[in-house]
Amino acid sequence: MEFLPLDRWIHFLSGITWIGLLYYFNFIQVPAMATALADKDGPGPAAIGKYIAPRALLWFRWAAVVTWLSGAAYLGGDLWKALALGMTDGGTVYHTTIGMGAWLGTIMLFNVWVLIWPNQKKILGMVEATADEIARAKRVALLASRTNTLLSIPLLMFMGSASHGLPF
Amino acid sequence: MNPLDSILGTIISGVVLTVILTAVIGAIAPAV
Repeated sequence: MEFLPLDRWIHFLSGITWIGLLYYFNFIQVPAMATALADKDGPGPAAIGKYIAPRALLWFRWAAVVTWLSGAAYLGGDLWKALALGMTDGGTVYHTTIGMGAWLGTIMLFNVWVLIWPNQKKILGMVEATADEIARAKRVALLASRTNTLLSIPLLMFMGSASHGLPF
Repeated sequence: MNPLDSILGTIISGVVLTVILTAVIGAIAPAV
């Protein structure tokens, strides 16, 4: 069995799980929560917060970890050349391109574990928080999640382009 | 108005950032 093709497969699977759930949160759950809150005659958003969001966040944050680790393992000895954006001895445009993706992915992993998850725990009532803290947590989590959606656009372009060429 | 407050603003910002970073790649890449 070849390690690199297996690792690349794991990277794709976990990456799609991570970014797929990121898009679910941004394009579906957050707007649906707002609609449910505004719908005074409807069932409300409580079930989403109680049954769906915690499960989605579980897969989301651990898929992010697996994606980063499998990506770092894939680069192996090239990781430092990539993080230096190819500006080292032996650096090539591959390292510059994949390195841009690696930096974006690393920033996104930071956002997941440092900004999104701790604030989501307050929003979903998993940890104690005052009403003011919850209001602030909602704003920080939303902006971090939207930032990751924004960053995923160049990330996917650079990841795919490192071996196959930039589109422009 | 923060562009991240809307989905459309987020996507447009992502595309703009992609173009900017691609220009950066062209400027710093060791061998294009």
